[in-house]
Amino acid sequence: MAYAKTVLSNGDVQRVVDRIAHQILEKTQGAQDVVLLGIATRGVPLAQRLADRILAFEGRSIPVGTLDITLYRDDLRQQSMRAVGRTEEPPGGIDGRRVVLVDDVLFSGRTIRAALDAISDLGRPAVVQLAVLVDRGHRQLPIRADYVGKNIPTALSEKVRVKLAEIDGVDEVQLEGAPA
Amino acid sequence: MKHLLSAADLDAATATEILDIAASMAAVSGREIKKLPTLRGRTVVNLFYEDSTRTRISFEAAAKRLSADVINFSAKGSSVAKGESLKDTAWTLQAMGADAVVIRHPASGAPHRLANWVEGSVLNAGDGTHEHPTQALLDAYTIRSRMGKIDGLQVAIVGDVLHSRVARSNVLLLTTLGAKVTLVGPPTLVPSELGEYSYDLDAVLPEADVVMMLRVQRERMTDSYFPSAREYSRRYGLDGARVRRMPDHAIVMHPGPMNRGMEITPEVADSPRSTIVEQVTNGVSVRMACLYLLLGGKHS
Repeated sequence: MAYAKTVLSNGDVQRVVDRIAHQILEKTQGAQDVVLLGIATRGVPLAQRLADRILAFEGRSIPVGTLDITLYRDDLRQQSMRAVGRTEEPPGGIDGRRVVLVDDVLFSGRTIRAALDAISDLGRPAVVQLAVLVDRGHRQLPIRADYVGKNIPTALSEKVRVKLAEIDGVDEVQLEGAPA
Repeated sequence: MKHLLSAADLDAATATEILDIAASMAAVSGREIKKLPTLRGRTVVNLFYEDSTRTRISFEAAAKRLSADVINFSAKGSSVAKGESLKDTAWTLQAMGADAVVIRHPASGAPHRLANWVEGSVLNAGDGTHEHPTQALLDAYTIRSRMGKIDGLQVAIVGDVLHSRVARSNVLLLTTLGAKVTLVGPPTLVPSELGEYSYDLDAVLPEADVVMMLRVQRERMTDSYFPSAREYSRRYGLDGARVRRMPDHAIVMHPGPMNRGMEITPEVADSPRSTIVEQVTNGVSVRMACLYLLLGGKHS
């Protein structure tokens, strides 16, 4: 029987985002030189929310950009053709800045590898960090997150579904799967 | 999609997707590092049986920006000059492991034949007087970025329609995307079966949102289609006076190469309304999108 378990509900997601925003502020001396890069699709609204929270907490406005990593994927040949989204450099660029990559789920690490390649074509940041809403494990590459909203132990067969109000109308993280 | 042989193969959704991908590719062309790793390890062969500057260079730049390996093959100075057939050349390319073949050929239909002989994707870069689908796509892209839309626009394609593969592909694609196309030229050069047509340029201009001038293709003309170059340019050439009859927002396009003074005056070609330079720039982005579409994923 298939099941879907809610791991983070409506208010939880925003509280987790608030905590990550505080952690970024703490680790980067008040977000000096920080720019946020949201990875399409759901990393983009998350990055915007982090910027909004940092502005509310510290009064500092952080540049936000978006990164579409489709053209940098290493599995293009294994999958059918993917639509390409837009990459928008944050105002002021990323050279010499502290880039915080933002994504919804950290899984194999391949998306982040592709994102690191994409970043190196855009410029040369001083530091690159990674913030994710959910870390579900099962890494295939030596990659880790600097800021994790929630660690969710999962089976490989399970799916983590992140919904965000900006895209899906509701904030929610669900674990879906069929028991073995 | 495996091959790009004809603009007729593209439905509105696929064509729009190519234009959208091209817009993302255009952003890459504006960066300091104009390169993506997307087609790393893939081989693209440019197989050109006809002279070409902008199309060949444009495809080469597009493939290189996607990190593909590019092999340029021109019929002059190759085994074709020694009499090798297209089929044997195709087998040679097959044996070399070409993932995509970009072909320009003086015979209409040559890319269709080639598609049956090679395993890789075939892109038609102009076949005889038949089709030139990537030119139509870059024209559509240029229209969309200048006018904001294609659907509902009045497009006049003016000149030597009979010999023009650009015109054929554009009629197919722009109609698919919702534009209303009118072909304009002397009766000897406008085939009536392609769609709406007119022999009177001055009557069409006041209604046109886009005026696309075609090159008079002297090399393909075996008969005399009009009395003299002077008469042609007086009736169908685009000069400043005619441009002033167009609506203020209307644009002037030309696929190049131009016969300045024949179908278009320098005054018009170099005016802000002319998109001729943009068309060349957009060509690279659109061809990147086409290569990505054909080579970027697995074919089921």
